Amino acid sequence: MTEQILTTRMDAHPSDSHTLARYEQTGGYAALRKALGMKPEAIAEEVKASNIAGRGGAGFPTGVKWGFLAPSTPRYLVINADESEPGTFKDRQLLERDPHQLVEGIVISSFALGVNHAFVYVRGEYPRPARRIQAALEEARDAGYLGDDILGSGFSLDVTVHLGAGAYICGEETALLNSLEGRRGEPRIKPPIPAVEGLYAQPTIVNNVETISNIPWIITNGGAAYDAIGPEGSRGTRLFSVSGHVERPGNYEIVMGMTWRNLIHDLGGGIRGGKELKCWIPGGASAPWLVPDNLDEPITVQACARLGTMLGSGGIVVMDETTNVVAAALSLVRFFAHESCGKGTPCREGATWLERILERILHGEGRRSDLDLLLDVSDNISPGLRWPPAMTTICPLGPSAVSPITSIMTHFRHEVAAMVSGEVPAGV
Amino acid sequence: MTWSPATSERADAIVARYPERRSAVMPLLYLAMREEGRLTDEGMKEVGDRTGITAAQVLAAASFYTMYKREVGRHLVSVCRSISCHLLGSEAVLDAVADETGVPDGETALDGSLSVESVECIGACGGAPAIQVDYEMVEGMTPDSARALVRWLLDESPEVIRSDDLQGRFGGSPSFDPGPVDPVGAIGPFPAFGPYGTAAT
Repeated sequence: MTEQILTTRMDAHPSDSHTLARYEQTGGYAALRKALGMKPEAIAEEVKASNIAGRGGAGFPTGVKWGFLAPSTPRYLVINADESEPGTFKDRQLLERDPHQLVEGIVISSFALGVNHAFVYVRGEYPRPARRIQAALEEARDAGYLGDDILGSGFSLDVTVHLGAGAYICGEETALLNSLEGRRGEPRIKPPIPAVEGLYAQPTIVNNVETISNIPWIITNGGAAYDAIGPEGSRGTRLFSVSGHVERPGNYEIVMGMTWRNLIHDLGGGIRGGKELKCWIPGGASAPWLVPDNLDEPITVQACARLGTMLGSGGIVVMDETTNVVAAALSLVRFFAHESCGKGTPCREGATWLERILERILHGEGRRSDLDLLLDVSDNISPGLRWPPAMTTICPLGPSAVSPITSIMTHFRHEVAAMVSGEVPAGV
Repeated sequence: MTWSPATSERADAIVARYPERRSAVMPLLYLAMREEGRLTDEGMKEVGDRTGITAAQVLAAASFYTMYKREVGRHLVSVCRSISCHLLGSEAVLDAVADETGVPDGETALDGSLSVESVECIGACGGAPAIQVDYEMVEGMTPDSARALVRWLLDESPEVIRSDDLQGRFGGSPSFDPGPVDPVGAIGPFPAFGPYGTAAT
């Protein structure tokens, strides 16, 4: 049985799941009423007890993160809607199709954290999702769920939607805060962590859209009920974006623990045109790839860690047997080279080197030494080439550029070598 | 070009959305683009004056982000080239767009009618390959439908670009059911968002 938390309303009421009327009619804002009758600390306890982990990419336990919040005021909550990891489009659906679920989560979380001004940082290329969340905020304000003295509780909250302007790095939380302050979106060196010194150097919690969209359910049903869903260490449902060479791409909300075979072949409808599966990216462009031998592994945090990869942002990109893996890796590495902010030297220089080496291999100008050079440059960005990476850069963007390289050199080295030696024609 | 009273009023409202006025830099840069169709030195000076930072500080911020453009046509055609779109033929879509318009990747038509660019992931992977026109999404494209799209842009020169309209005319299968029509549309090469004054309804 597939349990749904986040997508029930949009599935049942596709024509108006984004409206306040439908949200209230399906039980919406009851969790807020309940929460406003609780002590803020009790809400945070429920979130901690749920064992929900962040859904943006890093997978840090949300309740633990909240626990780091320093006592000084004012404090801020920032919703990270800068969804930009290639292969990921789940937050876009949550923003467009069920924005009130997120708004209710924001109000409850802000009450729990003692926040009176929250922000939703939406990537600039998502104007439609930004319009939907803005409209939902205005509806909520008119209904008394937002603004001054919410539902007579004495608690007040203002929420500002902020548009980014085309920089993947702003999904990294400290870069996002710089951007929200009107600066270049370069990551900050930690510590201090944002929970201690974040926006305007004040205590700040940054949480992903999907994470906070789960909060109303957790308050309604209790943290223990959420903690009862899915295997230990991978609690709850997750919304996975499935794309690439599958028959039925889309977002699928599943209970973790399902196998990759279930997700790719059953839900995703298998490989397009009856072709064979070659490999897939399990958690956004940053994640090292998996191969058909891993199909019966469960989709859990632990199984991915054992296989040297991660569930990351939940973006699953499926590649069929005809895929030119050098061209695919180039697409991914070029992304990271393009999006490197330039602050960290191994990332800025290394990602560009990797891009150029892959380009010349693909254009039939590869050298035999390029195979070792790819790994050598990679090792300079991400020493030891392991996942999770040994961090020598300011943020994880640099090591992410290495994942496609280690993936093709581990699983498809013979294909790269054959292209270099001219045994197979180069080119896309 | 000094901002009109109406634009000044809009700028004040934007600044009031934040606890500190410097946070208004990014939205005001979009407002500056709306005023002149692109980002200019004068526009950046206005933004600096209203947020309490120097023109150099505004330039430092603006130059970091790809969506603040000093040169851009009336419409901006952005073709996604990231992994899911790449796997499903985005190169051919980009080639078709460049061929039909005569405008190569990263360039603007001589008459200023449109700009063409390849971009990184726009979050339409389930409907790959995808394009945005003035940041309004259209998914499930083919080289032929992309040709038809840019031909329509050049021939009709529409005042307002709406995602649902694009999807209905030119799109294929989207990432997910988009739900009801969104009446808001783009009025230039910047994101259409009501509070920024950059949208048409």
